Amino acid sequence: MSEKIKLKIDGYEVEVEKGATILEAAKKAGVNIPTLCYHEDLDPSAACGICVVEFENKGGYQRSCCTPAEEGMEVITNSKTLRKRRKMIVELTLSNHHVDCPSCAADGKCELQELANHFGVETEAMPSVLEDKEKDKSSVAIERDPEKCILCGRCVEVCENIQTVNAIEITDRGFEANIDTPFGYGIGESPCINCGQCIVYCPTGALKEVDHLEKVWDAILDENKHVVVQEAPAIRATLGEEFGMEIGNVTVGKMYAALKRIGFDAIFDTNFSADLTIMEEGTEVVGRIKEGKDLPVITSCSPGWIKFMEEYYPELAKNVSTAKSPQQMMGVLTKTYYAEKEGLDPKDIVSVSIMPCTAKKFEAQRPEMSDSGYQDVDYVLTTREFVRMIKEARLDFKNLEPQEPYHALADYTGAATIFGATGGVMEAAIRSAYYLLTDEDMDSLDVTPVRGMEGVKEAELEIAGSKLKVAVAHGLGNARKILDKVKKQLEENGESEYAFVEIMACPGGCVGGGGQPYHSSIAMRARRGEGLYKEDSELPERASHHNQAILNLYEDFLGEPGSEKAHHLLHTNYFKRSVLTGKSIAKATGAHEKHLEKAAE
Amino acid sequence: MSVVTKYVLFGIDDNTLQAGARRVEEEFKRELKNAGLDDEIKVVETGSMGIIQKGVVILVEPDDIYYTEVTIDDVKEIVNEHLLKGRPVQRLKFDGKVDKSVVSFRESAQEIKKQNRVVLSNSGVIDPENIEEYIAVNGYEALAKAVTEKKPEDIVEEIKESGLRGRGGAGFPTGLKWSFTAPLDKKPKYLVCNADEGEPGTFKDRLIMEGDPHKLIEGMAIAAYAIGAEKGYIYIRGEYKLSIERTEKAIEDARKYGILGENIFGSGFDFDIEIKIGAGAYVCGEETALLNSLEGGRGNPRVKPPFPGQVGLWDQPTVVNNVETLANVPSIILNGHDWYREMGTEDSKGTKVYTILGHVNNPGLIEVEMGTTLRDIIYKYAGGVKGNFKCALVGGAAGAFIGKEMLDVKMDYDHLGKYKAVLGSGAILVMNQTACIVDMLKNTLAFFKHESCGKCTPCRIGNVHLYNMLDDITKAKGKEEYINNMLTLAESMQQSSLCALGQSAYLVIESATRYFEDEILEHIERKVCPQNVCEMK
Amino acid sequence: MKKEEILYKYEKRKDNVLYILHEFQDLNPYNYVTDDDMQLIADYIGIPYSKVYGTASFYSMISEKPRGKHIIRLCDSPPCHLMGSIDILDVIKEELKIEVGETTPDMIFTLEKTACLGVCGVAPVMMIDDEVYGNLTPKKVRKILTEYKEGTK
Repeated sequence: MSEKIKLKIDGYEVEVEKGATILEAAKKAGVNIPTLCYHEDLDPSAACGICVVEFENKGGYQRSCCTPAEEGMEVITNSKTLRKRRKMIVELTLSNHHVDCPSCAADGKCELQELANHFGVETEAMPSVLEDKEKDKSSVAIERDPEKCILCGRCVEVCENIQTVNAIEITDRGFEANIDTPFGYGIGESPCINCGQCIVYCPTGALKEVDHLEKVWDAILDENKHVVVQEAPAIRATLGEEFGMEIGNVTVGKMYAALKRIGFDAIFDTNFSADLTIMEEGTEVVGRIKEGKDLPVITSCSPGWIKFMEEYYPELAKNVSTAKSPQQMMGVLTKTYYAEKEGLDPKDIVSVSIMPCTAKKFEAQRPEMSDSGYQDVDYVLTTREFVRMIKEARLDFKNLEPQEPYHALADYTGAATIFGATGGVMEAAIRSAYYLLTDEDMDSLDVTPVRGMEGVKEAELEIAGSKLKVAVAHGLGNARKILDKVKKQLEENGESEYAFVEIMACPGGCVGGGGQPYHSSIAMRARRGEGLYKEDSELPERASHHNQAILNLYEDFLGEPGSEKAHHLLHTNYFKRSVLTGKSIAKATGAHEKHLEKAAE
Repeated sequence: MSVVTKYVLFGIDDNTLQAGARRVEEEFKRELKNAGLDDEIKVVETGSMGIIQKGVVILVEPDDIYYTEVTIDDVKEIVNEHLLKGRPVQRLKFDGKVDKSVVSFRESAQEIKKQNRVVLSNSGVIDPENIEEYIAVNGYEALAKAVTEKKPEDIVEEIKESGLRGRGGAGFPTGLKWSFTAPLDKKPKYLVCNADEGEPGTFKDRLIMEGDPHKLIEGMAIAAYAIGAEKGYIYIRGEYKLSIERTEKAIEDARKYGILGENIFGSGFDFDIEIKIGAGAYVCGEETALLNSLEGGRGNPRVKPPFPGQVGLWDQPTVVNNVETLANVPSIILNGHDWYREMGTEDSKGTKVYTILGHVNNPGLIEVEMGTTLRDIIYKYAGGVKGNFKCALVGGAAGAFIGKEMLDVKMDYDHLGKYKAVLGSGAILVMNQTACIVDMLKNTLAFFKHESCGKCTPCRIGNVHLYNMLDDITKAKGKEEYINNMLTLAESMQQSSLCALGQSAYLVIESATRYFEDEILEHIERKVCPQNVCEMK
Repeated sequence: MKKEEILYKYEKRKDNVLYILHEFQDLNPYNYVTDDDMQLIADYIGIPYSKVYGTASFYSMISEKPRGKHIIRLCDSPPCHLMGSIDILDVIKEELKIEVGETTPDMIFTLEKTACLGVCGVAPVMMIDDEVYGNLTPKKVRKILTEYKEGTK
């Protein structure tokens, strides 16, 4: 269909589709033109000017990131002049940048650092014009250092156009231009949903998570503390790439080994509580489908999505599953079930989670997340923090001997591991819901229509003679498409075509979470997701209801899915939040509480 | 304005003297002074006007308006209404026949007549708030002719043939610009008039809007017809209160007369105009930044391509033209392209409105043929230089310094380009020997630093470094390598900035160092400001 | 009440943001737009707060901080600079004892530098509120400021 054009890049002929940029054409010709503000997943902002190129037969300079390739173009990507220009731009950028490489969170990942290094630019080639700017430490999840910001605009682009959260914007003008929250109230007082996509797209270390690492080390090295740890499904798919292994390589045993070497007292696995979530959420879904009440059920395990819902779609709160996220389920079990079982005083337990997510830091600190009588999860480390931890401990991750976790709270099925990828929760839930509705397993457990990187995915299933329509969205801009449709259908017809909807705040799901390594692109996220599906396919059990450890837990402690005790510990309520400050204004649903009351009667 | 833009000629003869001409003249001078017009409007005594028994007789030139039976009590009204606001006082106007040969002294007034007025033909002559006066001087005839007799493609062709080029600064051929949008099927299309005049030293567009807003409206309607737009916007900078007021009124009047709205002149062509106001941002003069601002957002320039002609306002095909450009259109349609092509140089046709300022005797606004030399502009029209000519900053902040050597270069788009200078907006700031080039350069860079939109790295940070180096030089902290550093940096910015703002610093710096390297070196090496302007400490 | 009336004059379109900002600012005795104003506009038009804030902060005519009753905008573009605007600036600073960007403690004057006002024929120029003053000399500026101080202007 599409028209092809031919052009020359540094003398090499290349054929590209019409509409491709010079940058893309050059890539095809084997040249990666240097870029700084550009990111392949985002619309070019054309802010930095590093990617300028020249032309053989005509004058002028163009930014290759946003200039379409034309038939017969003869592009020059490197010349004496271009080298000078690029160096100059790096020098200019550095002159207004807090050069803090040794202690910077982005050291070794910083695109500015890399360019400076490749171009042989001296840090102080130009006198510093940097002015003192205060760090924004108002958020419990995300910290911003304006002195490191180079105004590439990626964070704004992702917050505004991919996530449609609009927590940040470029404000003021000229040299005073900066990135700020509405009215300068700070991230913690903004609509920010803590998804952290701004961090993974930041080319420098201007954005990072609020650091819990120091506190975790302190706890580990405190003899009086019993420090336990859980790791999210998506962690195991990214750790390897940070230690020179292939993207998507799943490294469970090494992960446990690293945690053990670091000195955690007990190693659980969030995958276990992911299976538990399916039991609780699946039971809820089946119940609501049978009753035909408050459909569609919408998943609740992505805390970025939950805050987004509380701000922008509080009227849909009654549709969101009351099941807590796997992190919080594990947290509450740690300080109840585990403490009881091991004879520990929960106040001596420090519960740590390792998450691909910055919103989990916010979730752990929600006041309602203390059903154990204590804050259920004390500290949340992102993948990035955990990688630093392994590096500080000087562990040779790649060559670690695999180790075993604490089985009673770590055994998991394939259904749990795919929680880390978009569509995974849906697929896991379908596997169990089918069983709950029909008393038998699906012929094939693979629900491929809900897999993959398409923004919105839909599938129609036939279970026990009835048809169920489900939808999956990842990235909140995509989520809006489904949510607006659902809202409209509910308003107009009182019912929606969907029975069950999965929403993940981050594009790609948790493998693309805001706590994952800097610069994780959509393409990388897809490969990590494939790694998880591969693990799923290789596990002996692939449906949560077949997890023996979960069945034991119900027998020993919780009773049955949806029991009073399960509700008390494993379910929660939502709030309506201000779109301006993100602060809670009112309770949005009482479904969970009503359930408890009813159970008490 | 301290230009001589008008002359008030007092017919002095026995009759008028008896009627109290001298006392009226005194009062006139006093009122002009009070109104701050004393530099701009010259009172000249002349002989008999040939109108007798009509009391005190005065003639306002070049407006060619005679007032009779003027008393001391009328002076204030004439000054306020006619001379200040451009609305001749009908009540005192003399409508009878005048034997012009009787007028013995009109040489001074001829200075204005030397100008070749196309765009400014009505300014100061008609009441800008009265549509009928505009109609009386053949106003809206061109529009009527266009929509009833011509096809849109004929209009595009006519403008192409005329050689009219954009008067905003870049000089892009107007007809060619229209021809990119005219054939597109995508609807709606928009016509946007760029009235965000912000180039330092430029106020031609303001005077067109204040003095003859209907000419702009007519130009817009013709342009809209040519490109197939039904909606036009005038983006006027927020500081231009009177322009906004006058243009708003003119639009309303045009609507009342059926000149804007549906089915204009029964031709089936619909067109209306809305005014949008800016809020203080020089960069919004860049057409894509203007579109962003017009949409209610930050005035950051957009990535080009796509060009506004294809993807403009709200992503629809949009032609953006400057006020002066559009004000040229009615005359071209009315008189034909051949008439227009007679004026100007080979590649720059027509006239150009200049604002001439600084150390000249008669600063102000003139409209002359393209290709008029800087020497003529300064010495023939602006009354020469106060002191000795040092240089002129031509084209505003985005322009370049022009030294003595270039006084005789023809001023048009191409000739100036050959000398690393630009015509730009037509602002000419003349400096004499007392001006310090480093000080002026620093001032220009302060302007860029303040007005950069901040999006693009070379411009946002580069201008700060340029400014800082110049600031150092004025404080005796300059280093020898600075001249070279500034040139290299400015050249980098020229080649890697997204829009004209970031690209502009190079021209001023390059031209300043080319003509006045010695003067800059004095500051750096000897730590002395020869003009004694810079602090040097 | 008044603010709602202003809002209702405009269609709920993003391109009306600048108009409304201007009007809200003119309405405010301290010549600025408050956070509430910007929130009101965002809610009315139906666009994110970040957009209105980002837009308002871009333009130099819109202030997000309280300013004096009278805003002095002194032009220091090249034409005015050449004709001595710095001397005028010095006089204003000395008379009002404030720097550029500051407001007098009695909230009467705010001093700002402005880009070219387009009245360069009478440079050096300043604008106080909507009034333009040209051909300024130190003496003339002192007189004008006195008039404003005494409330005769």
